[in-house]
Amino acid sequence: MLHVVSLAVVLSGIWWLLSGYAVLFILGLGAGSILLVLFICHRMDTIDHETHPIHLAPAIVTYYPWLIWEIVLANWDVAKAIVKNDSSLRPRLMQVKSTQKSEVGRVTYANSITLTPGTVTLNADGDSFLVHSLTQGSKEGLETGEMDRRVSALELGKDGHRATSQPAAGETDI
Amino acid sequence: MFIAAAAAVLVTMALALFRALKGPSVYDRILAINAFGTLTVVLISVHGFMAGRPEFLDLALVYALINFIGTIAVTRFVTYAQMENPTDDNEPGEI
Amino acid sequence: MDLLIDIISWVCIISGGLFCLIGGLGLIRLPDMYARMHGASLIDTMGIGLILTGLMFQAGFTLVTAKLLLILAFVFFTSPTTTHALARAGLNGGLVPEVENDELSEPGADPSKT
Repeated sequence: MLHVVSLAVVLSGIWWLLSGYAVLFILGLGAGSILLVLFICHRMDTIDHETHPIHLAPAIVTYYPWLIWEIVLANWDVAKAIVKNDSSLRPRLMQVKSTQKSEVGRVTYANSITLTPGTVTLNADGDSFLVHSLTQGSKEGLETGEMDRRVSALELGKDGHRATSQPAAGETDI
Repeated sequence: MFIAAAAAVLVTMALALFRALKGPSVYDRILAINAFGTLTVVLISVHGFMAGRPEFLDLALVYALINFIGTIAVTRFVTYAQMENPTDDNEPGEI
Repeated sequence: MDLLIDIISWVCIISGGLFCLIGGLGLIRLPDMYARMHGASLIDTMGIGLILTGLMFQAGFTLVTAKLLLILAFVFFTSPTTTHALARAGLNGGLVPEVENDELSEPGADPSKT
């Protein structure tokens, strides 16, 4: 039920944002559309914790700024590698183990890896990802396992800073 | 300033188009066209500011949606095209 | 104050354009498809992010900024999905990554070096 309410709130926000009118007629159309979408989603049985992960919402506030900063650093690294000659490019494949318990956590981790330039998740098989990394720096950045630790903390709804240090994620070079 | 941004985006679009024409594999072309579409979103937004008409942002949003769905569709199509056709006895084939 | 905001937005837009150009250069220059994905990801994150942030500074606190944020969030959510779908299609389609370490543990992939 909570998920339905949150979906309705998000949809009304988007409707109001995109139309920008506060006329009764248009708002009525919006309410009708939202009810229709909610009904269809209910019939398709797609409203659950997986499609609508509100339990992640409190912890994600601290995760996103860290991720954005990480993306900025990785961008700088990759941009340097592209502008300099091919000597600094060291494309590699490696297996990365993920310590997340749920599917949502693993998807978040894999997408965070892909969103960071310099590393791309090629394939996800259970809890091990096949990752393609472009430079030495991006490979080492992933090998510290900090992103894995933070996503695991995010999944448990904890703040990344206070998360107890888990055993280092077992990345292995292949 | 908007003109500089638009020029940079246009040059990048030309580079992406060059990669899309050159190939060599079909995946390179899809990648380049996806980047081209993303750059189109930026170009439409910048043009909206340049012309003083923020309604263009709605177009940019729709373009972003279509670009995503189009890329996924073409990727799926390429994957399917290399696989066996579904068999007669209602087997869905491998997805 | 207006001047300060203008300067910040100029810096954002110009550096975003530069990152776009570098990403496009990467699309041309990098050796194989898997490496070029990193160039495209440069455009998808920093290029579009910085340019739209610059536009947000120009727009101020209006509905326009909210729409720009929506576009940005949408691109940030979809870009990894497309990249991953493409990488998987390439891997299934038999495109072997050019990498330094040559043993692939992927059963489907050809272990010979390219």
